[in-house]
Amino acid sequence: MIRAHGLVKKFGDFTAVDNIDFDVAKGEIFAFLGPNGAGKTTTIKMLTTLLRPTSGSVSLDGLDPVTQQTATRKQFGIVFQDPSVDDELTAYENMDFHGVLYSVPRKLRQERIEALLRLFELWDRRKDQVKLFSGGMRRRLEIARSLLHTPKIIFLDEPTLGLDPQTRNQLWTHIKKLNDEEQVTVFLTTHYMEEAERVAHRIAIIDHGKIIAQGTPDELKTQTATDTLEQAFLTLTGNTIREEEASGVDKLRTFGKVMRRVK
Amino acid sequence: MNVVYILWLRQLKRSARSKARIIGSFAQPLLYLLAFGFGFGSMFQRAGQGNYIQFLTPGVITMSILFTSIFTGIEVIWDRQFGFLKETLVAPVPRILIMIGRTLGGATVSVLQGIVVLVICLAVGFRTPSLALLPLALAFMILTAILFTAVGTALASVLPDFQGFQLVMNFLVMPIFFLSGALFPLTNVPRAMRMIAALDPLSYSVDGLRFALIGVTHFGVTLDLAILCGVTAAALAIGGYLFSRIQV
Repeated sequence: MIRAHGLVKKFGDFTAVDNIDFDVAKGEIFAFLGPNGAGKTTTIKMLTTLLRPTSGSVSLDGLDPVTQQTATRKQFGIVFQDPSVDDELTAYENMDFHGVLYSVPRKLRQERIEALLRLFELWDRRKDQVKLFSGGMRRRLEIARSLLHTPKIIFLDEPTLGLDPQTRNQLWTHIKKLNDEEQVTVFLTTHYMEEAERVAHRIAIIDHGKIIAQGTPDELKTQTATDTLEQAFLTLTGNTIREEEASGVDKLRTFGKVMRRVK
Repeated sequence: MNVVYILWLRQLKRSARSKARIIGSFAQPLLYLLAFGFGFGSMFQRAGQGNYIQFLTPGVITMSILFTSIFTGIEVIWDRQFGFLKETLVAPVPRILIMIGRTLGGATVSVLQGIVVLVICLAVGFRTPSLALLPLALAFMILTAILFTAVGTALASVLPDFQGFQLVMNFLVMPIFFLSGALFPLTNVPRAMRMIAALDPLSYSVDGLRFALIGVTHFGVTLDLAILCGVTAAALAIGGYLFSRIQV
């Protein structure tokens, strides 16, 4: 269902993703784990048509994200690592916007929006602008939105970042249910090893752009002679802490300064 | 078609909900109108050029459209930083439709604002000799708005963040405005400056609008309209191309 072959992405001299291969079967839950800056998000961006690979190939349900962009985009739903809802719009408007972009017919759109907002306990707040929402509520809204057009594949890039245990539990229960009942293929990244262990059928561990291990959680534990996935992960990737680039919010602070100068 | 509509609607909703921006966008043209209009009014009159408020009004309307359009176009950077852009970029619709929806939305906001500025000018003493050419005035306002929203979108598609924004303001938007003949007649300026003005698309917006509102023109209204249509089509094409090439 999702396949990468000899996939490489370079930014100038820096190789973010270095010749990786993997194959995710239909109906599988596949976890992509790695330290910050390992190349997880870059890989997801290449799979989801947001970045063009430097070399190598990817395919989603047999489609090529580079040449068949629109067809590929219909196949998946995605929850990005950083927020991607419109703060000025209400929760309902954000959902409706998404439904129109994915040409979900109006009647069905209304029904599904209501069902999803109720499921993620946002229905009572549907008329509030998203800027009034807490981090957890925004996250729930993004997850609800990614499911609106009933995609065959779901990409979840650190979906549980900043969520409380209740919401995390609810999210994974729902994802597992979708996977069981509708055979939705799930591609996820997370820093919470116990989550990966709980939901993933198969795991790939990526570090410095290379996949260094791949297998079921049990296989990885056996391979490293450890008891938990967290220990296995640390054995494979080492204990050094990784640096990351400034986030969008950091950059906005700079913009604030510029704006003050313009005025 | 629905896609264009929903993006258009989004721009409108965003603008309507941002009260600070609404107030700010009227304050600036009003400041120009009062400071220049009344400040230079008597000099202009003594130089035998007639009533300065009459002359200045089309310029101030064009200015408000220019600024709002560039700002709404450049909002793409904002969306990129806050992440919303990704939501539209992974959607299964041609990106050109997204760009067109955004551009038309931004342009609609700019035109509405231009109309309000016109009403303010009327309140301050501007008088248009005939209302018959009002549709023509509207056409010039719409073309100008689409043109500069597309320019803003094109710029935002290649600027990685707001660092370059100040450069755009100082080296593009301000010169476009000040060299356009929005504030002074182009008939008596040095030849070099007249040539620069002839290369500035905003000159044709100001000139066309001035013809539609007070019946005065420098280039001739047919030329104004032809050049604006051409430049707007080019800006849409370039903006659409650059927008569809965005990688995040």
